[in-house]
Amino acid sequence: MSTTPQTTAPERPAPTSSVKLVATLGLIALFSGLLVVSVFEFTKPYIAENQRRALEAAVFRVVPGAVTRQDFVLTAQGLFPAAEAPAPGQRVFAAYDAEGNLRGIALQASARGYADVIRVLYGYDPSCQCIVGMTVLESRETPGLGDKIETDARFVANFEGLDARLNPAGTGLANAIVTVKQGDKEHPWQIDGITGATISANAIGRMLNDSADTVLPRLAPYWAMLEGGA
Amino acid sequence: MAANTEKPITLDTFLIGLWRENPVFVMLLGMCPVLAVTNSVVNALAMGLATTFVLLCSTALVALLRNHIPKEVRIAAYIVIIATFVTVVDYLIHAISLEIYQALGAFIQLIVANCMILGRAEAFASRNRVSTTLVNSLGMGVGFTIALLCLGSVRELLGAGTLLGIPVFGDSFEPWIIMLLPPGGFFVLGAWLLLFAWFKERQLKQKMTGAGEAGVHAR
Repeated sequence: MSTTPQTTAPERPAPTSSVKLVATLGLIALFSGLLVVSVFEFTKPYIAENQRRALEAAVFRVVPGAVTRQDFVLTAQGLFPAAEAPAPGQRVFAAYDAEGNLRGIALQASARGYADVIRVLYGYDPSCQCIVGMTVLESRETPGLGDKIETDARFVANFEGLDARLNPAGTGLANAIVTVKQGDKEHPWQIDGITGATISANAIGRMLNDSADTVLPRLAPYWAMLEGGA
Repeated sequence: MAANTEKPITLDTFLIGLWRENPVFVMLLGMCPVLAVTNSVVNALAMGLATTFVLLCSTALVALLRNHIPKEVRIAAYIVIIATFVTVVDYLIHAISLEIYQALGAFIQLIVANCMILGRAEAFASRNRVSTTLVNSLGMGVGFTIALLCLGSVRELLGAGTLLGIPVFGDSFEPWIIMLLPPGGFFVLGAWLLLFAWFKERQLKQKMTGAGEAGVHAR
């Protein structure tokens, strides 16, 4: 979409009209390029600030009681503060309360929903070994049906204390997080589903299970580092 | 290069876009954003304002350069100018509100393909002074925005029971979800077009009293 200035001068002596055609388009493209670049530079800090604020608000929403956050990256070599990470990896947002105590971490998860990939952010509290909050970052689910994963208070309440204990060996979750039919919830690791939005609700259960099952065991050695992070 | 016809600016230069040549209800231009993003009043307003901004800036520039753009490359030049301002508006909306940016999605970039803007550049800006063009484009932009609001308010009211996010009908109202989905856009647009057509025909009938029914349809 952006336009970079091409040649402003013709290469060969050509009929005057061609010179003018190229020159006109070249000048317009040059002007366009300059304008786009200056607006891009001008809006860049505002856009970055908006995105930071949106992410921060989401982190504080899924980790109750948190007021500050610090970013870490979990790579194959271990956990690093975001600024020092040697390679890209899973981002871990550690959230702290006013006294600097770790209230929990926020992780991103995604899975295919009904219309498109659903991306969520969920909060995990190591003190109760449970998921304490979930918010949808991106979804194109059908309004009125699939979007109940965001709007249905009963469904959202599933994520206040959803059991995510690790098994004794620490290799994965003790009980797989799973979405069950609406009204069939019996165990604290089950998510009470939504009638009429089965696929979207199942996608949430699947993505939380996959993410918690793989990320939490890898984080196990680093809780002390996360606690001291603030 | 068109002749420099020095048409004076009248109230009609502005009003033509609002009523007689309304881009949506009369000329049926730019249907893609009209149907796609009018599922709420806020989205409709944001899209209307963004389109108006692009329309004003690009037609003003086209009018300014009208005597310097050779006619062989005029369409290419117009598209480059329009695309530039669309990119500008894209960044601006992204900077102003992430929520609106995400709600409008790809449709901001698609303003480039809104034939109302290219049509104004070709049909009006390329043969009028900058001042006249600005007045005309403002009228067209306001007309477009009003049309989007007409659709957006009906769809949000019926589809979600709210207006600008404020509940209107109370808890007992069961929203007509289909109004928020693509078919709802067609239904509401169809209803508005019907209303406009009926209104125009009635006006015409009143003008042609004496000519009778046959005269109306002969026109």
